[in-house]
Amino acid sequence: MRDRFFRFVLDHPFVVILLSVLFVFGAAKKAPEYLMSFKSDYRVFFSEENPQLTAFESMQKVYSKSDNVAFIISPKDGNVFKQDTLAAIYELTEESWQVPFSTRVDSVTNYQHTWSEEDDMIVEDLVLDPADITAADLPRIKEVATSEPLLVNKLVSPSGHVTVVNVTVQLPGVDPIVEVPQVVTKVRELRDNFIAAYPDHEVRLSGMVIMNNSFSESAMGDQQTLVPLMFLIVIVGMIILLRTFTGTIATVVVIMLSILSTLGLAGWSGLFMTGPSASAPTMILTLAVADCVHILTTMFYEMRRGVEKRQAISDSLRINFQPIFLTSATTAIGFLSLNFSDSPPFRDLGNMVAVGVMLAFVFSVTVFPAILRLLPMKVKQMEEGQNDTMHKLADFVIGKRRLLLPGMAAIMAGFILLVPMNKLNDDFVQYFDQTVPFRQATDYMQDNLSGMATMEISIETNESSGINDPNVLKTVGDLTDWLRAQPETDHVNSISDTIKRLNKNMHSDDQSYYNLPTERELSAQYLLMYEMSLPYGLDLNNQLNVDKSSTRVIATFQNMTSTEQIELEERIYNWFAENAPQYEVAIASPNLMFAHIGQRNIYSMLIGTSVALVLISILLGFALRSVRFGLISLIPNLAPAAMGFGLWFLIDGQIGLALSVVAGMTLGIVVDDTVHFLSKYLHARRDRGKDTKAAVDYAFASVGRALWITTFVLFAGFMVLAQSTFKVNADMGLLTGLTILIALVVDFLFLPPLLMKLDKSKEPSTETNNSSTDNTTNSDNTIKGDDNESVKQPA
Amino acid sequence: MSLLNNPLKSILIASIIAVPATALAETAEEKGLRIAKEAKASDLGWQDMQAQMNMILRNKQGQESVREIRMKSLEVDGDGDKSLSVFDKPRDVKGTAFLSFSHPIGADDQWLYLPALKRVKRIASRNKSGPFMGSEFAYEDLSSFEVEKYTYKYLQDEACEGGNCYVIEQYPVDKNSGYTRRVVWIDEGEYRPWKIEFYDRKNSALKTLTYHGYKEYEGKHWRPDLMKMVNHQTGKSTDLTWNSYRFKTGLTDGDFNKNTLKRAR
Repeated sequence: MRDRFFRFVLDHPFVVILLSVLFVFGAAKKAPEYLMSFKSDYRVFFSEENPQLTAFESMQKVYSKSDNVAFIISPKDGNVFKQDTLAAIYELTEESWQVPFSTRVDSVTNYQHTWSEEDDMIVEDLVLDPADITAADLPRIKEVATSEPLLVNKLVSPSGHVTVVNVTVQLPGVDPIVEVPQVVTKVRELRDNFIAAYPDHEVRLSGMVIMNNSFSESAMGDQQTLVPLMFLIVIVGMIILLRTFTGTIATVVVIMLSILSTLGLAGWSGLFMTGPSASAPTMILTLAVADCVHILTTMFYEMRRGVEKRQAISDSLRINFQPIFLTSATTAIGFLSLNFSDSPPFRDLGNMVAVGVMLAFVFSVTVFPAILRLLPMKVKQMEEGQNDTMHKLADFVIGKRRLLLPGMAAIMAGFILLVPMNKLNDDFVQYFDQTVPFRQATDYMQDNLSGMATMEISIETNESSGINDPNVLKTVGDLTDWLRAQPETDHVNSISDTIKRLNKNMHSDDQSYYNLPTERELSAQYLLMYEMSLPYGLDLNNQLNVDKSSTRVIATFQNMTSTEQIELEERIYNWFAENAPQYEVAIASPNLMFAHIGQRNIYSMLIGTSVALVLISILLGFALRSVRFGLISLIPNLAPAAMGFGLWFLIDGQIGLALSVVAGMTLGIVVDDTVHFLSKYLHARRDRGKDTKAAVDYAFASVGRALWITTFVLFAGFMVLAQSTFKVNADMGLLTGLTILIALVVDFLFLPPLLMKLDKSKEPSTETNNSSTDNTTNSDNTIKGDDNESVKQPA
Repeated sequence: MSLLNNPLKSILIASIIAVPATALAETAEEKGLRIAKEAKASDLGWQDMQAQMNMILRNKQGQESVREIRMKSLEVDGDGDKSLSVFDKPRDVKGTAFLSFSHPIGADDQWLYLPALKRVKRIASRNKSGPFMGSEFAYEDLSSFEVEKYTYKYLQDEACEGGNCYVIEQYPVDKNSGYTRRVVWIDEGEYRPWKIEFYDRKNSALKTLTYHGYKEYEGKHWRPDLMKMVNHQTGKSTDLTWNSYRFKTGLTDGDFNKNTLKRAR
């Protein structure tokens, strides 16, 4: 059946190519749509049922949304409070109302300053008209701005050297693909105009909208740089290592078809592009190469022996079909384990790569041989030079096995012991490397003003106008004081400050009234008066709900790791438990969502990886036809990921959302090495009656080079991904690449000594007999028998 | 007779001929202005009015909040109306009273009596665009209609709830307005507004106000029972219901000053 299929492929190459191209065209019709569908929204990282997302969304519905753009303005002379800078901020504040979807603009100039004059309360922009400002006004303006708790450390630095114009936007979410870019285009135009008009100022852009936009810009940048780079590496690498143009061209075709149809199928299934899933093409590219390399290696080996091309292709297909299928399937299973992830983009990534890998398998056994059949190809009869190296390596491993086994075991254990020392961290600012302007701006803001980590604390009294209850106000005031006393805190935005200020204003600005009123009616009426004085867009909706039954306190912190954030969140809940257990309290924020998702994802991925492990082990058990060796293979299959995470502690030490999927992802890839090595080893033991040492030597000689080449390609591919400016993908690529490299080291230096140790104890008697009886029932078309021929005949 | 022989004569004749011509070839701007004047004129003479006004505020999450206000207003010839509102709900602002002298151009004069403080405070701010009691109605949405507040452009006729409507664009004159423009549907028979669309400072659709349950008072003054304001950007809304309208109750200027404000309950 299979042979008839291969014969058909080789007899009718044009038909095969035509059918494949038709399929790819059909699928790829939706590829452009997919590529244009980048959702610039950090919320895509969370599933709809994610509890932190739900909490945050409902808070946003009660109060106002907090998606924002922050213009960070630094006058070069380090002084915000002078006429031209204030005029510049005033203009920018005015113009920011023109930003699409803007609902609110906050700056030092439009801060609603309140004061008392005779018996009246004046509510007015701090800088009402920059033309009217005289030098005499400047100290007063600075004094007000840098002492107002609403502003200082949030909109202006205490020393007055940096200030922020904060634009709140309410994205309708109707077409998230275009809304964010629309905002960003306008904001950049404003920035450019600002710098042109006031060249003595630096302007940086931060905020959630800018971050959202950076997701897509980073990913798009990757598509334009990393994918071509990877193609280049594959082409150059193949030409150097395999010395074949035709083979390289055919491989590139297979890769392109696989990627195109995967992207197309993603489009057909209505997926949208996200940061993590944008790395799918690079991964498919990397993984698809391996199939072609295996087929080419065998084919060249045959041709060098003098076999005619068509026959060589046919032999290679026959020999490689099953191992390629097996390794593709295990890789796909590994990636499918990403479906257990809590974060939808990673599920998409897993499904896309799984599909891509299986498509690559199909194209490798159809289009690939068809093209090879058609294109001319010369092969020089030549020596197998690499054999020597592999023999030397085998000799070394066999000779030093008594040292290698405990030595490697100790090294492995050492790395694995480091795993728990990694810190859990999903700081979305650090999702971008330092070359990304958003990251630079946000780091600058952190250094000069405040971090980007916020927590929004909603206190629900369940009573209409309950917030005016003096007890509630006291709680809010105490909470505000307590938060300010925490070492991590940069800023607290709280209604209690406003009410204290109003109380003072209502009593002729008498500082002794800067406290919370003790009568409910007083604070209610102050608030009413204040609310009735505020202009459009500067109301209290961001702090109070419509019924004034609940209030939101927004605290801004220095950037923290996820673990620290979760600990702080606990601390806040504990504060309420001790001081105000009677209120319903919710804490939410985008960074808290990210803080939790790393942990949630690690738990869910543990399940996913275990399921994949079981499935892959069953597959291996069948392939190796031995439960015993299936169990032995668990060690070299599991150890690399664990060691990788240990090594990661030395490299970075922070793990999060992106890295939590790496174990599952790499499992399916590293298994391939073990499968190849073990099957050759077993073949030598069972079919050829070799002792363990000779079998190890045989395994090295037969698959050592192929493993080395595929590992090199895979490592190179994932290292290319590691160059992404989007750190989620970069870290994922780096750790995956390292894990694959470690896997090869383990398979070369640890697995053989282990086999020699464990296998030897039983050697003389049953095992050999069993396997040889096994093998008598197996004819040529099993993996082992076939692979025999792909081997550089060491016997 | 000789007068007619000088150049004035030809100008006079030309203008006599031209007047009906321009009336026919009225520009969209002129037509908008004419309709505004006619609308204002059609409602003149109500003298004073008292009514009960309730507001229900809703946010996107579906939470509600109720405001209850008793309102008196006085028609002022040649200026914006005067109004005095007493708040009954929420409970902790009960007895708070609000006095407003609205002006077509510039800031309104506003005072608030705070019973908890037993003081009248002047509200000194440019709050025209700000929300009234946290609702989706801005002050400028609730103050009396004055022709001078806008410039106009007639757009088209359109069928509406009130029969056939003029659709007119209005551009606020006051630079402190929160809007670039409003699009108003006014019925051709009684000059009642049926719908207003508000566009914010960046000319994006912000809110839509619809009028429901018009009733005629005193033979010519049409007032709605319900005004629904929906904010498209925030998903919040406010329903404003009116009842117990009374006209010509004999209120005078003396009922609208800082002293009456303190005594208003």
